[in-house]
Amino acid sequence: MHDIVNTAANFIHLDTITIVYLFLVGFVGGLVSGFIGSGGAFVLTPAMMSLGVPGLVAVASNMCHKFPKALIGSIKRAKYGQVDVKLGIVLGISAEAGVLYGAQIQENIKKSFGEAGSNLYVSVAFVVILAIVGGFVLLDAWKTYKSGNANNEEEKVTKLARWVQSVNIPGTMVYFKSLNARISVLFTIPLGFATGMLAATIAVGGFIGVPAMIYVMGAPSLMASATELVIAFVMGLGGSFKFAMHGLVDIRLAMIILAGSLFGIQLGAIGTTYVKPYMIKIVMGTIMVIVLFSRGLMVPVYLSQLGLIQEISEGSVKILKNVSFGIMIFALALGAFIVLKAMWQGRKAQQLAAQEVYEPGKI
Amino acid sequence: MSSKNVRKKPYGIAILTGVISISLYVLLLLKQDVLNDYFGRGGLYAFLPIITAFIFSIVHGSFTGNFWTLLGIEAAKKKKEVK
Repeated sequence: MHDIVNTAANFIHLDTITIVYLFLVGFVGGLVSGFIGSGGAFVLTPAMMSLGVPGLVAVASNMCHKFPKALIGSIKRAKYGQVDVKLGIVLGISAEAGVLYGAQIQENIKKSFGEAGSNLYVSVAFVVILAIVGGFVLLDAWKTYKSGNANNEEEKVTKLARWVQSVNIPGTMVYFKSLNARISVLFTIPLGFATGMLAATIAVGGFIGVPAMIYVMGAPSLMASATELVIAFVMGLGGSFKFAMHGLVDIRLAMIILAGSLFGIQLGAIGTTYVKPYMIKIVMGTIMVIVLFSRGLMVPVYLSQLGLIQEISEGSVKILKNVSFGIMIFALALGAFIVLKAMWQGRKAQQLAAQEVYEPGKI
Repeated sequence: MSSKNVRKKPYGIAILTGVISISLYVLLLLKQDVLNDYFGRGGLYAFLPIITAFIFSIVHGSFTGNFWTLLGIEAAKKKKEVK
């Protein structure tokens, strides 16, 4: 990587519009991350690249804004009693290993199949994983909503999670407060590893981490999304250092995005105290399913670049790229809108309840 | 206002952290060239972006938290005590 050590020359010029743009995208990304524990990265990296930032610098700078953001978010949500630090650290460390392995796979694919091959791998991983996991999360949220249990604060632990919690492998059992049970680290390690691998591949490990904590381990949605911030911190810190060792972090980009995202993450974290747990699943599932279409659109482009299908004209490629980016922004904006709306309604309901209590003359 | 907060609003700390935060950002943008030069060197210079990120997150994180508090946007009060 020594040829890219002097990337300083590649660090882009910043003007006011760029700064405002990064601040705003950072804010919306932060808002969503504060709420569901991750997200934002899938928009931020391409957003930076659209400004002319080289791919690796964009990934590195994104990561360098992610860990301080996750730190502040997890501290905030810990105040609300939603964070399981132990689970976060255990998963975070195995996720770190997953990141390194995932990055290695990426590098090998790039070497063997070139840039288009690597992009195809990322997009297919995106589409397949998001379709399965995102579809499942959304379906589950929808079922909760339809069943009339939406107002229930208690969430059902899945059969799978009950089985995982029941398996006793001596010498590997650890108690986690979010699960209120002991589970074997032989389950947490592969799940953390998968989270890290996904983070290295599509930049958002939380799309595996949060559903894994909910459905496989049996953590409540609020705790899973809050604990994901601890994982993101551990993973982001290690990743940032690795990238910084190669001089790839553009600290200006990272800190400007951080400026916006810290406003967002505080608000998103506050938002979780106003909503029913199934809202976490709604926001996460919705974003995942929309993003999958965004990446799916790009699959034919990479297939044609690899010569696997008929060549697509440059004009069409440009259109597909722009539509794909537009859908991603839409996914994030919609997620932010649902968070703000749910929060607004929650606040209103609380104010009404308070008024009823204090209204003089009323019993 | 019927449901007034008993706690005092954190004006002082919000202003202080706000001023420090803005100063840090002004410095970041004014000294871009020098920062890019050092931060892009790699190797042990990797500690520079990490430390910077921590400093910004503590100062700016505290500011943004207080900012929402000043606007009256705070966490919901625990609803259910009895079950």
